[in-house]
Amino acid sequence: MLSKILLLIGITMMYSTPLVFGALGGVISERSGVVNIGIEGMMTVGAFAAAAVSYFTGNPWLGLLAAGAAGGAIALLHAIASVTFKADQTISGIAINFIGPGLALFFCRLLFDNATMTLPAHTLPKIFGEDFFQGSPAGNLNVDVTVVLALAAAVILWYFLYKTKWGLRVRSVGEHPAAADTLGINVSRTRYLCVLVSGVLAGFGGASMTLAIISQFTPTAISGQGFIALAAVIFGKWTPFGAYGACMLFGFAQALTIVLGGGDFAVPSQILAMLPYILTIIVLILFVGRSVAPKADGLPYEKGER
Amino acid sequence: MEVSSEYAVQMHGITKMFGSFCALNNVHLDVKKGTIHAILGENGAGKSTLMNVLYGLYQADAGELFLNGEKVNIKNPNIAIKHGIGMVHQHFMLVENFTVTQNIILGNEVTNQFGTLNMKKAREEILKIVEKYGLEVDPDAKIEDISVGMQQRVEILKALYRGVDLLILDEPTAVLTPQEIDDLIQIMHNLVSDGKTIVIITHKLKEIKASSDVCTIIRRGEYVDTVPVADVDEEELATKMVGHAVQLVVEKTPANPGDVVFEIDNLTVKDERKLDAVKNLSLKVRKGEIVGIAGIDGNGQKELVEAITSLTKAESGTIKINGAEIQNTTPRNVIDHKISTIHEDRQKRGLVLPFTVAENMVIEKYREQPYSKGGMLNSSEILAFTKGLIKDYDIRPEDCENQAARGLSGGNQQKVIIAREISNEPDLLIAVQPTRGLDVGAIEYVHKTLIRERDKGKAILLISLELDEVMNVADTIDVIYAGTIVSSFKQGEVDENTIGLLMAGGKINENVG
Amino acid sequence: MKTLVKILKKPITSTLLAILCGFLVAAIVLLLAGYSPASSFAALFKGIFAKPKYISNVIIKATPIILTGLSVAFAFKTGLFNIGAEGQYIIGTVAAVCIGVKLNLPPALEIPIVVLSGVLAGAIYGGIVGLLKARFGIHEVITSIMLNWIAFYLSNYIVTLDAYHEPNSTSSLPVNESSFTMLLPKWKSSEAGMAALKPNKWLYEVMLKTDVNFGILIAILMAVIIWILLYRSTKGYELRAVGFNSDAAEFAGINVSRNIIRAMVISGALAGLAGSLAITGNAPHRIAQMAAFENNGFNGLSVALIAGSSPIGCIFAGLLFGGLLYGGQSVQQEVGAPTEIINIMIGTIVFFVALTKVVPVLADKLEKRSAHHAK
Repeated sequence: MLSKILLLIGITMMYSTPLVFGALGGVISERSGVVNIGIEGMMTVGAFAAAAVSYFTGNPWLGLLAAGAAGGAIALLHAIASVTFKADQTISGIAINFIGPGLALFFCRLLFDNATMTLPAHTLPKIFGEDFFQGSPAGNLNVDVTVVLALAAAVILWYFLYKTKWGLRVRSVGEHPAAADTLGINVSRTRYLCVLVSGVLAGFGGASMTLAIISQFTPTAISGQGFIALAAVIFGKWTPFGAYGACMLFGFAQALTIVLGGGDFAVPSQILAMLPYILTIIVLILFVGRSVAPKADGLPYEKGER
Repeated sequence: MEVSSEYAVQMHGITKMFGSFCALNNVHLDVKKGTIHAILGENGAGKSTLMNVLYGLYQADAGELFLNGEKVNIKNPNIAIKHGIGMVHQHFMLVENFTVTQNIILGNEVTNQFGTLNMKKAREEILKIVEKYGLEVDPDAKIEDISVGMQQRVEILKALYRGVDLLILDEPTAVLTPQEIDDLIQIMHNLVSDGKTIVIITHKLKEIKASSDVCTIIRRGEYVDTVPVADVDEEELATKMVGHAVQLVVEKTPANPGDVVFEIDNLTVKDERKLDAVKNLSLKVRKGEIVGIAGIDGNGQKELVEAITSLTKAESGTIKINGAEIQNTTPRNVIDHKISTIHEDRQKRGLVLPFTVAENMVIEKYREQPYSKGGMLNSSEILAFTKGLIKDYDIRPEDCENQAARGLSGGNQQKVIIAREISNEPDLLIAVQPTRGLDVGAIEYVHKTLIRERDKGKAILLISLELDEVMNVADTIDVIYAGTIVSSFKQGEVDENTIGLLMAGGKINENVG
Repeated sequence: MKTLVKILKKPITSTLLAILCGFLVAAIVLLLAGYSPASSFAALFKGIFAKPKYISNVIIKATPIILTGLSVAFAFKTGLFNIGAEGQYIIGTVAAVCIGVKLNLPPALEIPIVVLSGVLAGAIYGGIVGLLKARFGIHEVITSIMLNWIAFYLSNYIVTLDAYHEPNSTSSLPVNESSFTMLLPKWKSSEAGMAALKPNKWLYEVMLKTDVNFGILIAILMAVIIWILLYRSTKGYELRAVGFNSDAAEFAGINVSRNIIRAMVISGALAGLAGSLAITGNAPHRIAQMAAFENNGFNGLSVALIAGSSPIGCIFAGLLFGGLLYGGQSVQQEVGAPTEIINIMIGTIVFFVALTKVVPVLADKLEKRSAHHAK
């Protein structure tokens, strides 16, 4: 029983980590007033960049950095469209979801002999090293270092948003950009930076899939996590810890399906696999209801125009 | 005018274009230090644009700007703030879910190292200013929880916190009660005696007379005149503002009320926070009578309208039209019982902006013949109907039936709504803030239309935050305070100050009447 | 000058510009990767137009995404973002298979029943989203995303059921032949049919080598019906009013909740129709275990965006999309460039669709400047 519980905790942590990074990216972007539906595409690019760089350099940490850079680079497109051109942020985000995976697979084929997956790459370490409690149930708690990084990112983002002057400014830009503007806060620059950071975080999310969970990039490495992260942002009411909690719930439901599926239960695996999604809807019906987005979320800021 | 350091601000030959539209053409403004200087003009005359140029929100296409005799180039609000200019916008620039303190320090935060906010110190600094100028506010309250008057103080505090020398107030009294206006004027005098300079934008003549030293008048983007306020009377100012002589009093004959058409009895309505917003409210409206409800924003007017139109649930009490109870039904049912409503928020509740004018005209009638048949719209009938209303109500441009409502001016949008609601031939017409944001000509038109409908025998319920409007137009004046009608008068029975006092929750000496 | 401004202001100009930009960016990426853009594009166009059967296959490929595009476009017009077309499509295929495998009636009955079962399933599935939004205020994007996955696993589950599983495979049983919606399915492969088709090479190839089916006609018909519904009927008037401004619609006595649900039911029905027609119209007429989404719904999203949510525009955008997806396979076969270049291209087109909304604005400025000079 204990081992089952520890296993459950371990898997929850593992599966929620990419989601947490993606959701935190969504939080920062939407808090500044830019809807980021392109998290999925940014995560895919990050997942590929991480695996490829780690494979070629042998250094997974460089892979992680590359993932952040790649996610940020794609996010730049989104920022240009939604901030500079005041384009429809949803459309731009959907475009990112095509371009991201397209680029990832395109370069994957170029670099890996026309294959749509990379070769296995060096992965990031576990928090207690390789040999900690190997084989014992407690080994389940020896989670990937990305798990800790994700938690740290949530704490830092929370502190940033609620305790620092920059956070106050970001939130004001997302709620009432005209008010921020009249106080000399540069709305465009703030939004650019937030969207870029959003991309970097999403890139990390992709990396925590390919550098920790599956150790290589495949076409289905990122399949829907970006969208789940998006749901977690709304579910978590646009707060870092809310989103973190939503991702945990999701990871837990997924862990439950794995732990239960592996056991003596007569429930078909496909039905179990639906569990996280059904659970999310039920939780939304019971507890959340109408959630309030930042007031200026998704609205381009126009000034000086009648 | 010569450039001199005696002047806090001098703007010479300012021109500003928006695309091909000329918002300001060669406008001058010279504001002496330590004075209160009014800028008078109708809605859309360019007052706010001029101030936005001064504050660095817009860039002028031509003209020069001097502060204290020095030529400056204000490219953005940051530079304006550095020069000691502060601005209180007409639509408050406050983040609703931030606290008072957070709003005040935003962009100019008190921090420890690493940019961490020091809220304790910020709070202390704010309280110091609060005390100095008598601007009472709770620094920890959230903006969405405080009154409009309080919010305005927060805006003024924002400017003072940044150490302004020149404070611009854009239509500061639009949302205040007479008592709050008096308080504001007192605060303005406190500031001036402390050496600050104030520019106040307004179209209210009375307040200019009460507060200002000098007045500059602008009309349709053109400079008209600058006059010492003591030397002119209200009629002269009005004539300069509009360009021709205007009537300040609404012309009408005494009402000829008939039977009671509409009756509210003991109505209680809760607001979003589940508090009683309307409490045991009762009122009656007769045929051929305009009942005006005077009150400060947030005393239950919004909930009252929502309950009448069945957008919100009535907790208890009845709402009857022609004897039929309509509370807690549907908006459709209310319309079917011949109640039409001109909503205060044209763009949110009144119009579907991307729809054409024709589509907007039939939004309550599209299911009726001849506008549709067998579930299919009949566009030629809809267009013919719309063209008729455009002509009758002089909506411009006159060929706008197929244009999106978004493209119309505010006054013409309002005419679309008024035309549509009156064309329903309602037994009760509810007009909520029907002249909000309109210029003098349009206001006159709306008032005349309401009186015309009254004279046709309609019952009209006018709900307005503009006390002047209620005093001038309504035959019966009901004062609403804290969700209930506290007093009711016939027009001319009492003066503005008495009503103002009642609106603010005060009591009148019973022995007087 | 005036004509230039006029041309720039037309929505179609922006769209064509976006498509051009898509090709340009793809060309740059190809160049950087060391492939010849010219020969890649040549391969693409050959892959679309070179043979009658290619054209036929493009149309077949386009049919479901025209319908899912219509589904998304319709939802957009009513103020809803139906990212759940994917799930509704899958549910449509599942329902069609469930009924079509078990039921075996004459085609005149079988076909409508099987097709409508998919429509109904999609409608219910979309309706759930609408209901949750109208009743509980839950954002349609979240529920749609969740329901997409639920449909995905449900489909995979149905495939494993003994009643539907094709032994020794990862697929379900095919639906009964009486539900096939190809053009004359039996006749064309009979001796008489082959003999009749033989003289006309073009027809012979299209009829026998591809699954020519009625789907495209239904898709076009639906586009017209949806257009009429939206712009000519009172129901469409309500739906659009709620979509543009639900507050004003509510105030005017229009029932907002009912219209949200109605919009999602119709939107879901269209995606479900796409699903059931794919089962009845195309081999292998069955569902199979999926490892990832097959994107028939998600592609509808892009189709709707490229079409600017115009129902009629969805037909053309769907054909363009079908062409790129089908012809794109030839790029890899002939030039060796990764076929994902097509995804990059599609993404770029969508991206520029977002950006080129500024074209009419630029045209406005141009007009004003020239008017200014004229003075």
